[in-house]
Amino acid sequence: MTMHYLDHAATTPMLEEVIAAMSAAMAEVGNPSSLHTSGRRARRIVEESRERLAAALDARPSEIIFTSGGTESDNLAVKGIYLARRAESSARRRILISAVEHHAVLDAAQWLADHEGAELELLPVDELGAVDPQTLKSSIARDPDSVALVSVMWANNEVGTVQPIAELVLIAHEFGVPMHSDAVQAVGLLPVSFAESDLDAMTMTAHKLGGPYGAGALLLKRTVGCVPLLHGGGQERDVRSGTLDTPGAVGLALAAELATADRADRATKLTELRDRLVSGVLAEVPDAVFNGDPANRLPGNAHLSFPGCEGDSLLMLLDARGIECSTGSACSAGVAQPSHVLLAMGADESRARGSLRFSLGHNSTSADVEAVISAIGQVAERARRAGMAAGPAAKENATSTTTMAGRL
Amino acid sequence: MKVLAAMSGGVDSAVAAARAVDAGWDVTGVHLALSRNPATLRSGARGCCSVEDSHDARRAADLLGIPFYVWDFAERFKADVIDDFVAEYEAGHTPNPCLRCNEKIKFSALLDRALALDFDAVVTGHHAKLVDGVLSRSVDQAKDQSYVLAVLRPDQLAHALFPLGDSTKNRVRAEAAERGLSVADKPDSHDICFIADGDTKGFLAKQLGERPGDIVDASGAVLGAHDGAFAFTVGQRKGLNITTATPSGEPRYVLSIQPKSNTVVVGSSRELEVDQIRCVRPVWISGQPDDDFECLVQMRAHGMVTPARITVGAAGELLARLHSTQRGVAAGQALVMYDGDRVIGSATITAAERQPVAAETSA
Repeated sequence: MTMHYLDHAATTPMLEEVIAAMSAAMAEVGNPSSLHTSGRRARRIVEESRERLAAALDARPSEIIFTSGGTESDNLAVKGIYLARRAESSARRRILISAVEHHAVLDAAQWLADHEGAELELLPVDELGAVDPQTLKSSIARDPDSVALVSVMWANNEVGTVQPIAELVLIAHEFGVPMHSDAVQAVGLLPVSFAESDLDAMTMTAHKLGGPYGAGALLLKRTVGCVPLLHGGGQERDVRSGTLDTPGAVGLALAAELATADRADRATKLTELRDRLVSGVLAEVPDAVFNGDPANRLPGNAHLSFPGCEGDSLLMLLDARGIECSTGSACSAGVAQPSHVLLAMGADESRARGSLRFSLGHNSTSADVEAVISAIGQVAERARRAGMAAGPAAKENATSTTTMAGRL
Repeated sequence: MKVLAAMSGGVDSAVAAARAVDAGWDVTGVHLALSRNPATLRSGARGCCSVEDSHDARRAADLLGIPFYVWDFAERFKADVIDDFVAEYEAGHTPNPCLRCNEKIKFSALLDRALALDFDAVVTGHHAKLVDGVLSRSVDQAKDQSYVLAVLRPDQLAHALFPLGDSTKNRVRAEAAERGLSVADKPDSHDICFIADGDTKGFLAKQLGERPGDIVDASGAVLGAHDGAFAFTVGQRKGLNITTATPSGEPRYVLSIQPKSNTVVVGSSRELEVDQIRCVRPVWISGQPDDDFECLVQMRAHGMVTPARITVGAAGELLARLHSTQRGVAAGQALVMYDGDRVIGSATITAAERQPVAAETSA
């Protein structure tokens, strides 16, 4: 069976060049913090990687903090900046984040609310999934001195909607509030310049770019205070401890370089493929709903709802035909929960449950797209039958037994 | 044949799925998520609802080389099993949630969905047999689960496969070990899967609140107090908290629960004995018999089997006259009728009585 991998937003295949470069780095011994020859060689590789990553993201090398990936970077930014800001002024308790953040931001902020006295405020989004800058403005303006930080993702991992980051940063800074953005999905697909964005902190990770798992970075302006979460050797600017992962840094930097180098061409190609996928699916399943912002979205993201279908059924039927995609909902231990993103966009629970995310990436082809289009009609029809079969809970057993009577 | 193997994460369903693979069927494993907020790790002997159980099922599927998915049936399970369980207790009955889950979830919601998705059958690890389509007891009488499956209609059983019916539980465990399944020595699950701490009374109190009432004897004399009649079961002896002893010093048992007056009626073990069981909603494995008939009946899971004569009324009500008295027969439980090891049918108990000693035999 030919496999069609359409889940690049979950992870994307590693690039051959990255595998080769990392394999070479893995063959060398040396802790970058060691003082001898091997250590200095490893350190040189790490620092060159830092410079290359900084160049790819238009940042300064000293703004790069290597981490284990997106989740750690988000946690470090949200918790670290909150704790630093609150230490400067105990009035700073409010955390303003969008309602459609990844759980790495959402749950980190919720943890601060539960354990560190934070007041979590979710910025609502419109039906396309975007935050209105005026919403942020009025939210901060209500009491600017009490805001610890703002965090709004660059582009949404589920529905692909791109947020008005530049406007949001301007507003946050107007009030002197630092802003973080999770740019995990944006880097390599959208033009992302850390310097131009004027963000105070930004999350990125390697495995969405053709790089390795377990390697990422938090870009952090030199002036922004951030309390560490991992204590130890203080390797990364005293904000993050842990032996530096030399092959990981090599893979991260190379993947970012390669992904940003051909970004514009790839984005154009993916947009064309995506548009073909969406129009093809809508032609096959006329009542399907294309979610998110039709124009202002990630190039490779197609997020669709199929009324009357369960996402679980759709996914299984496509998987059986070699088509791999996602139900696009946050996955808690394999149990699909209705997506908080779609619910925040005003979708009802059944639409949220009957959704699929197809995400295209660097090795996607029109054959992948045509495979989806030729399968989706039958798949949706079958899933709809299954959805009706397993429809609303039966209530007929309410005709339950009568009371125990007539005992002698 | 394309089959869906329901995999709880326990040893039985893992071996059942393995045998389905051996049979040459095209098998897909599915774990039913029955709780929206499952516990991360299994605790005690309640083995079907934690994330760890789902993980165990996944690892078994990996070993068998079959696709595996987790399907969310939490909403259906709550409506059809948990809410029903609470409502039944509230009505003074003693429900069997495993039976309800088989009837409404595994062989209804899941089976319907499987059939719509082009599967031919659902495979489970129940200890029961299908002999020419007739539900029958497992060779392992101690582990037999035909009682909790007897509520299934022929059209449901037509798409059910029970590969374990000819094996003892020990044999299943040994086979799991031979196959290298990590769940081979996982403890058996007991109790009710959705009551994590095993405290049914506490669970019901949380759902229904405290509803203090009287504990009375058959004459109506008040002997004690309770926090909610729903927490009692016919035949229950412990936890009555009655301070006044009976003159003869013999223990008291719950005779009945009266939800309207919120009273619990207690009495001696002799008063607990019944020989006439009234039921509704009969389900027949191979059609309804034309006349009265003799058979064996079982009135609770792992309960005693006793001979009875069955009369089915015009409106589907069913009367079982037991040849000897039985104790602890509770409304809400199923009465399952057997011909030897073969299930004839089942019905839901509504009342249990003692025939008047000199009663005339009805026609």
